[in-house]
Amino acid sequence: MEESKPKLKLAIYWASACGGCCVSVLDVHEKLFDVIAAADLVFWPIALDIKYKDVEGMPDKHIDLTLFNGAVRNSENEHMAKLLRAKSKILVAYGSCSHLGGIPGLANFSTKEELLRRVFIETESVINPDKVLPLPEYEVKEGILNLPEFYNDVRSLSQVTEVDYFIPGCPPQTERLLEVFTAIVTGAELPPKGSVIGADIKTQCDECIRNKSENKRIKKFYRPWEIEDDGVSCFMEQGVICMGPATRAGCGYRCIKGNAPCRGCYGPPPGVADPGAKMMSAIAGIIDEKEPEEIRRVLEDVVDPAGSFYRFSLPVSLIRRKLV
Amino acid sequence: MEFKPRIVAFLCNWCSYTGADLAGTSRMEYKANVRAIRVMCSGRIEPTFVLKAFINGADGVLVCGCHPGDCHYQEGNYRCLRRFLLLQKYTKQMGLETERLKLEWISASEGKQFAELVNSFTETITELGPCKIKETMKVLM
Ligand code: SF4
Ligand code: SF4
Ligand code: SF4
Ligand code: FES
Repeated sequence: MEESKPKLKLAIYWASACGGCCVSVLDVHEKLFDVIAAADLVFWPIALDIKYKDVEGMPDKHIDLTLFNGAVRNSENEHMAKLLRAKSKILVAYGSCSHLGGIPGLANFSTKEELLRRVFIETESVINPDKVLPLPEYEVKEGILNLPEFYNDVRSLSQVTEVDYFIPGCPPQTERLLEVFTAIVTGAELPPKGSVIGADIKTQCDECIRNKSENKRIKKFYRPWEIEDDGVSCFMEQGVICMGPATRAGCGYRCIKGNAPCRGCYGPPPGVADPGAKMMSAIAGIIDEKEPEEIRRVLEDVVDPAGSFYRFSLPVSLIRRKLV
Repeated sequence: MEFKPRIVAFLCNWCSYTGADLAGTSRMEYKANVRAIRVMCSGRIEPTFVLKAFINGADGVLVCGCHPGDCHYQEGNYRCLRRFLLLQKYTKQMGLETERLKLEWISASEGKQFAELVNSFTETITELGPCKIKETMKVLM
């Protein structure tokens, strides 16, 4: 053990997140001891009682590495994104929410007004006869109470502040996190800033374990539960929509190994500006019909193109929210 | 101020662009709001091209290729048609009016049809007013 080597200061933060990314860090299991041997956790709300004001009190660039998971949906998320940017030498967008907007980013199909109305007024289990909505500021006799301001748009981390690296995945594959962490601890040369790390540069399809034939011809698409998957051939060739053609490899084919099509959590591969546009081309390429009416019939089974093709990436896509 | 719609037309080289050219050389009158972009085949028009046209301020996008069976690369226009129908389903979900995106087949001899198409499309878009996509994409909050 080299006693002299200073330990890395590590922070992990969740913004608009589900908690899965923090759990994925715990999934390093007994390797957590190696992590703790090499790093001091200086901030990690899921596990440690360290307050925001403690972080605010740290000198700039005090933290060596921050893994930031979750999207930016309100003023608290934004404040923490900018604060942790200032306090960290390396800021990593960890997981799909932080990288691309992720599942919370699907809220960009609605407006702030629609969401607040649905959640606080219309939801079947809500009793709110006075139609009270959360306010960023509220005066009571003891003083003024504050809540974070809820934004109209969900944003990815890099839409709010400068990000050094992106580790994709919902959540990222834990093994890939360990590789990245080891590289940082050992001082290995890191890729240029702004890179996606802990993932490949190819698409899922490039090295997919399922069998692909040359002749893809589809006359009908199915939802996964509508057919009996043969377990070996490409999902798309069986008529099940798989995001593989528009998704970066690197997860170890987690879903495909579990006999489920890829849903696209690793985001688009390099050079693809918009995963949905790529999927539209891929799907149009295999439909075996020429007449507009027949094509429309086949497309009826592509029930929700926007939701399926941009499930993890709506806020960073070309059309990043529903038009208002 | 009078609204002058901006229209982007993707035209395949072999039929539609020649048709548009014919409309010009025969001095047929058609509205000057169209920016024509020539591509080798309508099958080359990727959904990204159309989305980027809208984001950069197009109020309407026209996609034109050879008539079915006439594509110089055999199947390009069928591929275009399939992409187009899926793209239209998606853009509708995003709140874009379906009328703003139009596909038509124009042959090399159909200068007149091209002029009429441009005029009627321009009229439709003028009635719809400016596309809100550019404004929506501007704000981030
Ligand atoms: S990326 Fe997935 S696992 Fe991580 S916080 Fe977002 S939804 Fe949860
Ligand atoms: S479409 Fe899906 S199943 Fe088919 S090769 Fe690509 S990743 Fe594999
Ligand atoms: S197969 Fe696709 S959806 Fe599943 S983990 Fe990998 S990238 Fe994510
Ligand atoms: S060459 Fe005109 S559509 Fe293919």
